[in-house]
Amino acid sequence: MQTTTSDRLTVRAEEDVVKVRQATRSLAQKTGLNLVDQTKVVTAASELARNTLVYGGGGEVLIEAISDGMRSGVRLTFEDKGPGIADIELAMKDGFTSGTGLGLGLSGAKRLANEFRIESRLGEGTTVVITKWKG
Amino acid sequence: MADPTGVTVSTISRLPKLLKIHEAQILKVWMDEQLASLSRRAGLIGDAELRAQSKNFLSEFHKATQSGSLEDISGPQWASAKALLADICRSRAEQGFTPMETASFVLSVRGPLMDRLQQEYGNDAAGLAAEMRSSNLLLDKLALYTAEVALQNRETIIKRQQEEMLELSTPVVRLFPGVLALPLIGTLDSARTQIVMENLLQKIVETEATIAILDITGVATVDTLVAQHLLKTVAAARLMGADCIISGIRPQIAQTIVHLGVELQNVATKATLADALFLALQRNGFSVQRLAKESAGAK
Amino acid sequence: MERIPILRMGDFLLVTIQVDMHDRVALALQDDLTNRIVKNHARGVLIDISALDIVDSFIGRTLANIASMARILDAQTVLVGMQPAVAITLVELGISLPNIRTALNVEKGVSLLRAEVENNIMERDANYDI
Repeated sequence: MQTTTSDRLTVRAEEDVVKVRQATRSLAQKTGLNLVDQTKVVTAASELARNTLVYGGGGEVLIEAISDGMRSGVRLTFEDKGPGIADIELAMKDGFTSGTGLGLGLSGAKRLANEFRIESRLGEGTTVVITKWKG
Repeated sequence: MADPTGVTVSTISRLPKLLKIHEAQILKVWMDEQLASLSRRAGLIGDAELRAQSKNFLSEFHKATQSGSLEDISGPQWASAKALLADICRSRAEQGFTPMETASFVLSVRGPLMDRLQQEYGNDAAGLAAEMRSSNLLLDKLALYTAEVALQNRETIIKRQQEEMLELSTPVVRLFPGVLALPLIGTLDSARTQIVMENLLQKIVETEATIAILDITGVATVDTLVAQHLLKTVAAARLMGADCIISGIRPQIAQTIVHLGVELQNVATKATLADALFLALQRNGFSVQRLAKESAGAK
Repeated sequence: MERIPILRMGDFLLVTIQVDMHDRVALALQDDLTNRIVKNHARGVLIDISALDIVDSFIGRTLANIASMARILDAQTVLVGMQPAVAITLVELGISLPNIRTALNVEKGVSLLRAEVENNIMERDANYDI
């Protein structure tokens, strides 16, 4: 796996969620994702950035163009130092929410991406990584 | 690129020198051999193209051997030779060569090269053996590299053809102003659904259709997943302002849908495409009737 | 903070969302629209999202809320102009906005709204008869 370009953004306010969307869009375009896949990864980025802000109390997003030799894609890593998730399995269920959302953030982002990984420790924070491959 | 022993192979290799002096002669012999063995598939590649490829390869090969790295082709010295091979692989894949045939392009230079080495070394059997060994290894590596790239290309082509076939197999037809039909045939997996959705929604935009008929007469089986895919398509069309009617529901499929507990809420369903078209016309404010003259004539 | 303009066309209100909305702008639109429905006695609301290149769960929920609130205030809502890629993504996300009427473009949206409002009035008149 090779990273060709990367960009790190902080998520501290609502405006930052918009910036994450825009940065993801521009990298997805550069990587050559088709319009539907661009829309999917930008929407997933929006959901996860909002989670980072609302539930994680803010954090960072790493936006990378990656390639594994055969294919290229976009990888997004959302990191926060928030309270963490007690029951990841429960949090991944459609409709589950600990806040005011629709509860589609995590499960929806997973459906929109090709690869999805979540790690969380109570009291330490949460990291979510998604990858969208071209084609 | 120093050998652990401190002696680099290149210090003893006469390959670069040989190539420098005899490049034209080697090319000629190599070309003759290739043309003879290729005769069966001569239609696939022109002589001029083959000559250009062979000439370029020899010259890149020569340049790379001059750099002194005859064991490791992963270094920058071999980048340009490998790029040329990758190019050749691409064009040959399009021309219909198999990966094996493409790799044998590299291997076929072995004969002319070995002949030259033999002449060069004369009676020095030990020197010839060492040189042959290292040259063979080198050509094997290049051939393996070529085969790998050729295989990758092949996979890419197959994938592209599959996608093209998927698109061909999901036509969207305009039945009447404002009414589209999608005859679905075969299986409806998630990749297919994706293309069906994209085609349908694009066509809704182009034709300003308000009703789309999804005809599943040709869908072999409907399980929970297929039903889900159908419902997703219906939901996406509705978000764009078009209502869907599902038609072509065979008795068996109706039974399966109920047994599976799948709910086709808010979706009109009809047994046949004709019934669905009638409903679509009705919804759009049209009615269908036989002309008086003809109906009288029929009686 | 920027606000999304609301235009009045007779009995209807027209909103064209053209900015990449952050969440507070979406909530402000919800406030402004409900206020304007009451103030202008609007019978219908047309929301044009043809310029939006994504709709995530938050925007989706805000749109659904606006439609529900408008209904309580006796106005019909029609959402128009959703792009194909946005529709596909929204469905994949798990949102189908079942309680919102939709149309392909503003023109179709207006005629749908007219029909809906007329229907509504007829229904109401019928109820008075009883």
